[in-house]
Amino acid sequence: MPRPHLYLFATLACAFGLSHFSDRMDPYFLDVLTGIGINVILAVSLNLVNGYTGQFSLGHAGFMSVGAYMAAAVSVFLGPRLLGESGGSALQQGTLFLAALITGGCAAALAGLGVGVPSLRLKGDYLALVTLGFGEIIRVIFQNFEPLGGALGLNGIPAYTTIFWVLALVGLTVFVVTCLVNSTYGRGFLATHDDEIASEAVGLNTTRYKIVAFVIGAFFAGTAGGLYGHFKMTITPTGFDFTKSIEIVVMVILGGMGNTLGVILAAILLTLLPELLRPIAEYRMIIYSLMLIVLMLARPQGLFNFKFGKAKL
Amino acid sequence: MLTVTDLHVSYGSISALRGISFSIPAGAIVTLIGGNGAGKTTTLRTISGLLRAKTGKVEFLGEDITALPAHQIVARGLSHVPEGRMVFSNLTVDENLSMGAYLLSDKALIAKNREYVFSVFPRMKERLKQTAGTLSGGEQQMLAIGRALMGNPKFLMLDEPSLGIAPRLISTIFEKIVEINQSHGITILLVEQNANLALEVSQQAYVLETGSIVMVGESKKLRADPQLKATYLGG
Repeated sequence: MPRPHLYLFATLACAFGLSHFSDRMDPYFLDVLTGIGINVILAVSLNLVNGYTGQFSLGHAGFMSVGAYMAAAVSVFLGPRLLGESGGSALQQGTLFLAALITGGCAAALAGLGVGVPSLRLKGDYLALVTLGFGEIIRVIFQNFEPLGGALGLNGIPAYTTIFWVLALVGLTVFVVTCLVNSTYGRGFLATHDDEIASEAVGLNTTRYKIVAFVIGAFFAGTAGGLYGHFKMTITPTGFDFTKSIEIVVMVILGGMGNTLGVILAAILLTLLPELLRPIAEYRMIIYSLMLIVLMLARPQGLFNFKFGKAKL
Repeated sequence: MLTVTDLHVSYGSISALRGISFSIPAGAIVTLIGGNGAGKTTTLRTISGLLRAKTGKVEFLGEDITALPAHQIVARGLSHVPEGRMVFSNLTVDENLSMGAYLLSDKALIAKNREYVFSVFPRMKERLKQTAGTLSGGEQQMLAIGRALMGNPKFLMLDEPSLGIAPRLISTIFEKIVEINQSHGITILLVEQNANLALEVSQQAYVLETGSIVMVGESKKLRADPQLKATYLGG
């Protein structure tokens, strides 16, 4: 069996095993683990766009929020009607949650397509600005859209997110991204990154590659949003602002652009760091920022990037 | 094989090509020479669909390809080796060659093309697993040409293959260009600043100056032309 498939099965088995013991585990530990998983999904999916394909997107939190709201809408508004007063069996809830996650992912993918088609002709800083603008637009829309709670946010989302769902989706995201970039088709993402003119010259449709990367990245950001909403049980538009996008970009850069393993490790590290620094309370964010600066100065090619090649933005 | 008629191209308000026309017969090596900013690279990029013409027409094998996107032009057998050895520097030599066959689906044909590339550039076979960015300039140029050959082209456009390459390798690369033309009957359009070398290997030449063709003729005759000698061949 090829390696990525093995890893996927290992993760799924691990998710299944852990979910059996989760009752006996420390809830704080589970919370942190869930947070890590969601960030890993976000970072790995953004890495497909920013790392492998070489486009600079600052709108990942926007796609996440689309997914979070749409998934939450499914389980908050459709859930009671489909499952009745009792809330349904575990299997019914699981099916509903799966449907909610897929809805969230697809809605985010559609948003990705909507932003990608007109804006991916732009490069570098310009693309970053357009995606940044998109993220803000989404936030303002949700802030003013009363049926989904407006500025107060959407409350009463059922707590469907378990460690099983998180780990399974982490496995799936890593699996899809890894298989994609290692496939013959997927080499096109790397080629687009390396040299657009040469890519066009050998017959690649680079615009289509960029859009595909954008749409797939947005899909997984959407499912991560769905997990997040059903984990926190409440979502507010301000939770998905510009700083969240930056946070994900930092994970990708710190891990090493276009290096899935590095990005996973960076996502874990950057989620754990604020937790580990909790005892020193008010100095926490200063230390966190200082460490980021030091890490970037010491390893500009990415903390976990040991391959040949200079760092590229 | 390729006919260009009254091609105008501009970058914003600056016009780069002011109505050039030429045609290239099948099986030939034709060269386009001229100084910096004459419009040589612009011509190639417009033919391969990387740039859009303002007016004018490009016909390939009797078909109008002026408005086609680049990947559809490559699919018709017209390959472009861009200036400055644009290899995919983070991919291996092997992966670079595979990308060249991106539009082919026939596995046997891809394997055959790969063997052909190795027969022309044996060094590529030695470096198969090496990252393309770590190759020398000459090797990168070989890889760029090899990658174009992987796509089974009928027509090959080479943009400054001698640029920034050790002199010893330049002559090897030009020998290989002639070999590709003769053994496989691939028509070649060669753009060069090194006019002497380009006129030596080609049958016909066009001289480009600030976006217009100022001289046309057999390469042999142009080499003897006193005016051309003074301008491009260093006396």
